[in-house]
Amino acid sequence: MAIEEKLRRTMMFVPGNNPAMVKDAGIFGADSIMFDLEDAVSLSEKDAARYLVYEALKTVDYGRSELVVRINGLDTPFYHNDIKAMVKAGIDVIRLPKVETADMIRNLEKLVVEAEIEFGREVGTTHLMAAIESARGVVNANEIAQASKRMIGIALSAEDYTTDMKTHRYPDGQELLYARNVILHAARAAGIAAFDTVFTNLNDEAGFKRETELIHQLGFDGKSLINPRQIDLVNQVYQPLKKEIITAQNVIAAIEDAKQKGSGVISMNGQMVDRPVVLRAERVMRLAKANNLVDEEGNYIEK
Amino acid sequence: MKNKVERDIPDDILKQSKRQIFKGVDYGQPTIQRVAPKVKATTGQNKILDSIDDVVTQTIKDGMTISFHHHFREGDYVFNKVMRSIIDHGYQNITLAPSSLTNVMNDIVVEAIQKGVVTEITSSGMRGSLGDAVSHGILQKPVVFRSHGNRARAIENGEIKIDVAFLGVPNTDDMGNANGRDGVAAFGSLGYALIDAQYANTLVLITDNIKPYPNTPASIKQTQVDYIVQVDEVGNPDKIGSGATRFTKDPKELKIAKTVNDVIVNSKYFKNGFSFQTGSGGAALAVTRFLRTAMIEQGIKAAFALGGITKPTVDLLNEGLVAKVMDVQDFDKGAAESMKDNQYQQEIDASWYADPANKGAMVDKLDVAILSALEIDTQFNVNVMSGSDGIIRGAIGGHQDAATAKLTIISAPLVRGRIATIVPEVTTVITPGDSIDVIVTEVGIAINPKRQDLIDQLKDVPGLPLYTIEALQEQAAKIVGTPKPLQFTDRVVAVAEYRDGTLIDVIKQVKE
Amino acid sequence: MEIKKTAIAGTLESSDVQIMLTQGTDGIVFDLVSDVAKQFDDAIKQTINQVLSEYGIQNVIVKVVDKGALDMVIKARTVAVVQRALDTVGEPKWEVL
Repeated sequence: MAIEEKLRRTMMFVPGNNPAMVKDAGIFGADSIMFDLEDAVSLSEKDAARYLVYEALKTVDYGRSELVVRINGLDTPFYHNDIKAMVKAGIDVIRLPKVETADMIRNLEKLVVEAEIEFGREVGTTHLMAAIESARGVVNANEIAQASKRMIGIALSAEDYTTDMKTHRYPDGQELLYARNVILHAARAAGIAAFDTVFTNLNDEAGFKRETELIHQLGFDGKSLINPRQIDLVNQVYQPLKKEIITAQNVIAAIEDAKQKGSGVISMNGQMVDRPVVLRAERVMRLAKANNLVDEEGNYIEK
Repeated sequence: MKNKVERDIPDDILKQSKRQIFKGVDYGQPTIQRVAPKVKATTGQNKILDSIDDVVTQTIKDGMTISFHHHFREGDYVFNKVMRSIIDHGYQNITLAPSSLTNVMNDIVVEAIQKGVVTEITSSGMRGSLGDAVSHGILQKPVVFRSHGNRARAIENGEIKIDVAFLGVPNTDDMGNANGRDGVAAFGSLGYALIDAQYANTLVLITDNIKPYPNTPASIKQTQVDYIVQVDEVGNPDKIGSGATRFTKDPKELKIAKTVNDVIVNSKYFKNGFSFQTGSGGAALAVTRFLRTAMIEQGIKAAFALGGITKPTVDLLNEGLVAKVMDVQDFDKGAAESMKDNQYQQEIDASWYADPANKGAMVDKLDVAILSALEIDTQFNVNVMSGSDGIIRGAIGGHQDAATAKLTIISAPLVRGRIATIVPEVTTVITPGDSIDVIVTEVGIAINPKRQDLIDQLKDVPGLPLYTIEALQEQAAKIVGTPKPLQFTDRVVAVAEYRDGTLIDVIKQVKE
Repeated sequence: MEIKKTAIAGTLESSDVQIMLTQGTDGIVFDLVSDVAKQFDDAIKQTINQVLSEYGIQNVIVKVVDKGALDMVIKARTVAVVQRALDTVGEPKWEVL
């Protein structure tokens, strides 16, 4: 489905049962905030975390961040109530962990529809995303990505995946190469976002930068983050170069020019500008704006 | 009578204290007669006494004013040793006039008050059990809070008349040539104590380290010293420094620090030869780090860093990013040790640093000051003294003095727990809004409307959301809810002076 | 209505509140400790009372240790502790949320 293209460079994980972190999650400028009801919450506190995130969603101003919640899996006793509470709270996106088949997404969608009707929320407004955490999930990524019109993205979750693959994480990321590419292709084929896995060693800034540069090069929309301190670095990696911005400005100007002339053909320097170039230019300008490199009108700001 | 910041100063307080109400931040150019100390001439044969008891009994009389410095901070042993002796000898009606009071001094001061030994206090601030006791009315006479610059001013013109100063030093020779740089309990600059050394009628040095004569460099000189007592230890070196030179890892503090840096580098003051004061605390250290990056990137160097000094500031000096460090106190071991070796880390006394009744103080040349706050109100008035529960738990320090900088930035979170930092009216006005320029919180900044020039410079900076102070206050109130007003009795337990000695506010006894 | 068993929710971390409910016979009895009691004791009690009344609980002893929690945290913790005390953790009362 045609969802307006959003920047999703940073998806910041927030433990769902931590009031101090839940209340402050909005101040760091993450593109998406993911409240975690799953791994970050102990079994005995699942109910308490659900109510805390519910109340926070109802009362805290999270600014322009997209709000995501990772619910507990299909095979847990918390699954149904998590869905109901989050739909009632008006969450933007529900993230289902450990997705292995398209049926799991369809099952989730059915329950979301029921909850939307029960709590009087417009049907179809709760979006979904899937976390792929196993070989089976990677093999089925394409179907999963296309399982529902509500899908906005799929994410790789590397800890469980590497265990499933009988390996573990290495600094160079070779063990994730296949999964990353499969997930990326599945996302792009479905027209949805692709999120890379978390980088857990907060003290290894160089390693984090290397990994972020790799996934940026591959084409991921962004990365899952465990700490607000990681946001700036990801944004820096995704920041366009000055010459990319100037090219994009020229493309945008050519579009304007064509519009004013009423021409269907966009040309720049005597050459036709085709659709991919236009799309890339628009994305560069969105990134430039988000990184404060251009002002509201798109003019480059000299530092 | 209401003063310039709309605080009602009771008439009897004005009468008793012989003070004026606060009328504004401009000190003008009055002519002032300073006082001079009594000098008991000696050739220095008998300066060294055997014990603190000896020196106390030789120097103290009922009703005297005595002083201490707080350069040992939470590692201070001197204050407790001297006060123990004074209490045990049964002296009465002593006025305590230290540069400030730290937590390690609290219990013995409370004991001294309870026994009638101490009946008056003037200090930069107080916290913990002492602040609590004063807020509950333990003293008959109101405590007088003064900034570091104001204390120097009051000592110079005789408003504070120090009979005996007990100054702990990490080294001295047998004549009293002493500094703060060497020894087990070295703390670096002796800045606040130098005023006491200059103006006290009787000066006692307490040390654990007698050096060969003559001991140099001599911050305190033998010409000022009456007695020297050697003790086992003057301080606990592990507690003298705020210890950690670690930068904060708290993401909220980092966000605030980064925003403070954005304000500075986008202001007109960020240019070659600028000057700054950052203070201590995790967020201040982080500001220094961000500032360093910006200075390197833009090829800008500072003429001087002022005030209380930390290791990251000394690092800037060593990197050549700052030409001089003008050092009134050192917050950590790194800064203290560096003073010994670096001629460009200049020790300055409190008068030179911040005294308004001067032929120019260093704060008069200061471009950028970054200060903290317990509360800020919609008039930009700042409280660094009383908690949101009305209890005294802070210190003026150099706040009022440094706030006279050309760009004064207050960095503070919008809320702490369930307590709003930006409020309709602060509990106690310490620094008047007229000297505050920019408030930086984690959600954005507010600029004093009197500074249209700063508004023009900062309003279009991307990623620097500009709010009115009222909007920030409302946002804070929306998060925490509306608190019940605090209950006070009519009894004044403390007065806060502005740096010129006028009364800016009073603190009343809390009602239980 | 009365609770079925003693229950506790929340932690003693900063910005959180720990609430314990035990069976009582004498209305709603508070034992409240808070860093911000001077300013917010009534507000804290009011939030908890509101939730209790929506569950129809009339007799209970409420022990509160507050660490500066925002109102929304107090409400969330109260709902959690009531559901636990009523032994209905798996069946949230949706209309209370």
